[in-house]
Amino acid sequence: MTHCETTRSSVRTTPDTALESAARPVTIALAGQPNVGKSTIFNILTGLNQHVGNWPGKTVEQKMGECTHHGMCFTLVDLPGTYSLTANSEEERIAREYIIREQPDVVIAVVDAAILERSLYLLAELLALPSPVVLALNMMDVAEQQGIQIEAQVLQAALGVPVVPMSASRAEGVRELLDTVGVLLSGQFDYCPSVPTIRTDHQVILDQIVSTVADYVPDPYSVSWIALKLLEGDVQVLALIEGQLSPERWRSVQQLLRTHEDAILDVAGARYDWIGRMIRAAVVRPRAGQVSVTERLDRVATHPLWGIVALLGILGVAFWLTYALGTPMQVWLDEVVIQGLATWLGGVLAGAPAWVSSLLIDGVLSGAGLMVTFVPILVIFFAILGVLEDTGYMARGAYVMDRFMHLMGLHGKSFLPLCLGFGCNVPAVMGSRILESRRARLLTILLAPLVPCTARMAVLATLVPVFFPSHTFWVTWGLVGLNLAVLALVGIVLSRTVFRGGDEAFIMELPLYHTPNLRTIGISVWQNLVAFVQKAGTVILAVSVVIWALSSYPGPGISNSVLAMVGRALEPVGRLMGLDWPMLVAMLTSFVAKENTIATLGILYNTREGGAHLGTALSGALTPAAALAFLAAQMLFVPCVGTVAATYQETRSWRWTLFGIVLLLALSFGAGVLFYQGASLFGLEG
Amino acid sequence: MVERLVPLTQLRESEEGAVADLFGGAGLVARLATLGFTPGAPVTMIQNYGHGPLIVSVRDTRIALGRGQAAKIRVHRRNGRDTL
Repeated sequence: MTHCETTRSSVRTTPDTALESAARPVTIALAGQPNVGKSTIFNILTGLNQHVGNWPGKTVEQKMGECTHHGMCFTLVDLPGTYSLTANSEEERIAREYIIREQPDVVIAVVDAAILERSLYLLAELLALPSPVVLALNMMDVAEQQGIQIEAQVLQAALGVPVVPMSASRAEGVRELLDTVGVLLSGQFDYCPSVPTIRTDHQVILDQIVSTVADYVPDPYSVSWIALKLLEGDVQVLALIEGQLSPERWRSVQQLLRTHEDAILDVAGARYDWIGRMIRAAVVRPRAGQVSVTERLDRVATHPLWGIVALLGILGVAFWLTYALGTPMQVWLDEVVIQGLATWLGGVLAGAPAWVSSLLIDGVLSGAGLMVTFVPILVIFFAILGVLEDTGYMARGAYVMDRFMHLMGLHGKSFLPLCLGFGCNVPAVMGSRILESRRARLLTILLAPLVPCTARMAVLATLVPVFFPSHTFWVTWGLVGLNLAVLALVGIVLSRTVFRGGDEAFIMELPLYHTPNLRTIGISVWQNLVAFVQKAGTVILAVSVVIWALSSYPGPGISNSVLAMVGRALEPVGRLMGLDWPMLVAMLTSFVAKENTIATLGILYNTREGGAHLGTALSGALTPAAALAFLAAQMLFVPCVGTVAATYQETRSWRWTLFGIVLLLALSFGAGVLFYQGASLFGLEG
Repeated sequence: MVERLVPLTQLRESEEGAVADLFGGAGLVARLATLGFTPGAPVTMIQNYGHGPLIVSVRDTRIALGRGQAAKIRVHRRNGRDTL
């Protein structure tokens, strides 16, 4: 079935949807399996010159970027990382639809030289699509460390496609990769790919399918590709062709397929056999027997007991580092930069109407300032998680957590987005994209706001010493523990009621450990931060202004505002938790951003107590029972607006978004009442 | 040399085998086949505590599998330490 096709010329006249420019740049699509260093290559080529968005109508991230090389302009499209191109997941559908519909000038297939056999599987699938392929043989350094020798020239001769050896984490081979793309486009490479063949009896069936559907395959699909995917039992292609054929013709196709339901195993097996033939002469492997670094580390990292101990230790150090380094910076930003700006703005606006300066200083600046002060903490936290992810450790964390996640009807992978939630719940909600099923995504999104984020930790750090000066440590960690216990409990209940009946398949690659790449981590930190600033920040800013208006009018002062009226109206409810209206208002404003609680309390108690210090004012205002109820309710209170916005964006459902809000509202109120009444019983009332 | 057909979950740590066949839904079979679990592929059990997920090495890759998924893969157990 081998046949040669000449390389198409670089200038084509396909309708341009994504990019409009006079001299059409060459479009390169980057394809590869997860963990092969595809993002590293994309980041080296484009730097920060990239646009991150979503694939149209999808919640899968789309990255595009530009670069120039020897006067040629390249547009790079980073396809989602996928193991194959069968319609098993949204990512796989997106990757193949892009190549088929947009027909990029070149597809770069990135493979991991250290696991060449497995990662060449995607190449076998890519060669069945129209665009010419360049093979980026990445991680040559890792392969070398393991004693694996690969002769790129031999592999190139066998495959019939250009092969470029490289080590992207050391920025080696990137220039050669673009050179090779140029050579291929200029037609100087004898592009003649070898393609896999399947078992003879299946080949007969394949030919029959081809002749049955040949006249009915819609553009731009090729008949041979469609026939192969039908044989593989690809659900999307089956549906597509069913819609094109007459019922009789469709039945005859079904008949053929039904007698060969095991064909997927043969097709996949044939691809691996082909890979075996391709690499036989090119690869020299070391003798088995030596214990690799990965093996040694995994003896601890994946152990059911020591693995959990290691995970807790690593996360403990991560949190300690985050707060030890981040908190002083946060305080400095708040006290020096933001307060300084406020003073300066106050001076500049001295002549302006009072409401203007109030809007700008108390509304806009305090809203934006709040956000800015969290940047150092988030940068440190995301950087540490980035290192853990890039070394390959996080997959081990997910693996040892799998047993616990199963109790909640989830599996280990859900641990990864939830872990991001300790920084900020917004990336946690967005991170749920890595999960395969909608059920698992929804459940993870609903649980994410129960992970105590840095903002709530800041509230605890301020208020616990005020209320419980002699038991700060135990109360703080007790409340964090409460949050996590509630998370587990809610997960257990939801997975047995609303989300019953899901059997999540847990299939996850444990990549080899390797030294982290600073550039990759830097860019991942940057993107998480942008998500926080864009998604959380803009909403926080907008709602800050609304809350400012509600707390300023009709006035005078916050005690006579709409917000206070709402607080007073809710006081009967609050009394069940031992709380008066200012505490309720403080909690309500935390809807904008959790750390707002402190700012609101500051305003309310300053005005009421005539400028007394917040600490003294507060500690006198609440009984220990009420204080405990307030902190518990505050920790479980509805997700902040940023998280709500992200929840809607990811679920595209107001129903589920609302469900999440009501759920937390009920939990928060329930915990508040329970703690107040319970603590009162034990005599903490006075 | 006796070879026995057993579910993957039966392989003990560091025991080797070869994939015989896969069961289950088309989606699961396709995902597993893609990762290299095709008939004849050699596998080595890396970690298996008899409960919870397990780790198996196939085509130079360590794959963590839920027990339910691993039970869908039948393997020829390589003889040698199969004396229990």
